[in-house]
Amino acid sequence: MSKEEFPLKKVCLICAKGTIEDVYAALVMSNGAVMEGIETKVFFTFFGLDAITKKTMNSLHTGTVGNPAMRMPGGLPFPTLLGVIPGVEAGVSSMMRSQMEKLDIPPVKEFLEMIEAGGGEIYACKLAMDMFKLTKDDLWEGVKDVLTVGQFYEMCGGLQTQIIFT
Amino acid sequence: MSQKTFAGVTVDVNEEGYFTNPAQWTKELAVEVAKEEGIQLTDKHLAVLDFLRERFAKGDNLTIRSVGNSGIVDIKGFYGLFPGAPMKKAAKIAGIPKPSSCV
Repeated sequence: MSKEEFPLKKVCLICAKGTIEDVYAALVMSNGAVMEGIETKVFFTFFGLDAITKKTMNSLHTGTVGNPAMRMPGGLPFPTLLGVIPGVEAGVSSMMRSQMEKLDIPPVKEFLEMIEAGGGEIYACKLAMDMFKLTKDDLWEGVKDVLTVGQFYEMCGGLQTQIIFT
Repeated sequence: MSQKTFAGVTVDVNEEGYFTNPAQWTKELAVEVAKEEGIQLTDKHLAVLDFLRERFAKGDNLTIRSVGNSGIVDIKGFYGLFPGAPMKKAAKIAGIPKPSSCV
């Protein structure tokens, strides 16, 4: 069995978290799949909904508290106590966004538009929307539909298909 | 390294068919490579190929976003010109290496 005989035909990604790194993991992998010509469906649920909510999509944060991988610009560990100071999380997050911009990684909305332009489909989770009291009007216009888990699984069928949870 | 002949001209390619020497590329060859990919080249295609070759020559990252911001074509149009895997296909036809960028 080789990859030539069974290339990926479809990927279904689930993004359940709303930090910069979690959302971008889902977006980079989705856009990468679209660019390879793989059918792509992305399902946003729980805090991941922040990435497709108009109000929050372009101001995602990364956690500066309880994040052991966090480093100062020089590479020294980032003290958790520093992370609790008001404004630090926002500053770190905006620094991260500007670093990504330098690598030509677009802001969330533009990234979603790129995925959509290539034929990728974006979905929102109905249950999480009910929980957070969100309506379709709160979401980015490109969201194709609001789905139940069952509806999502129905579109994830088929050979050479993978579900990826980021 | 292997070689491939397009319209009577032999060029160096790697095992995936990408040119290993971008200097060997000509528009005539591009037309032939495109045919193998099932694409009939138009001026729009050629403008995109020129853009990618210029960027590659400058050592810039080849990202799909940069094509979208090129002013030649938007991203949707780029997918339309090179259906399926546009960056890979366009790079192959442009005679430059397979893009190594993840975006």
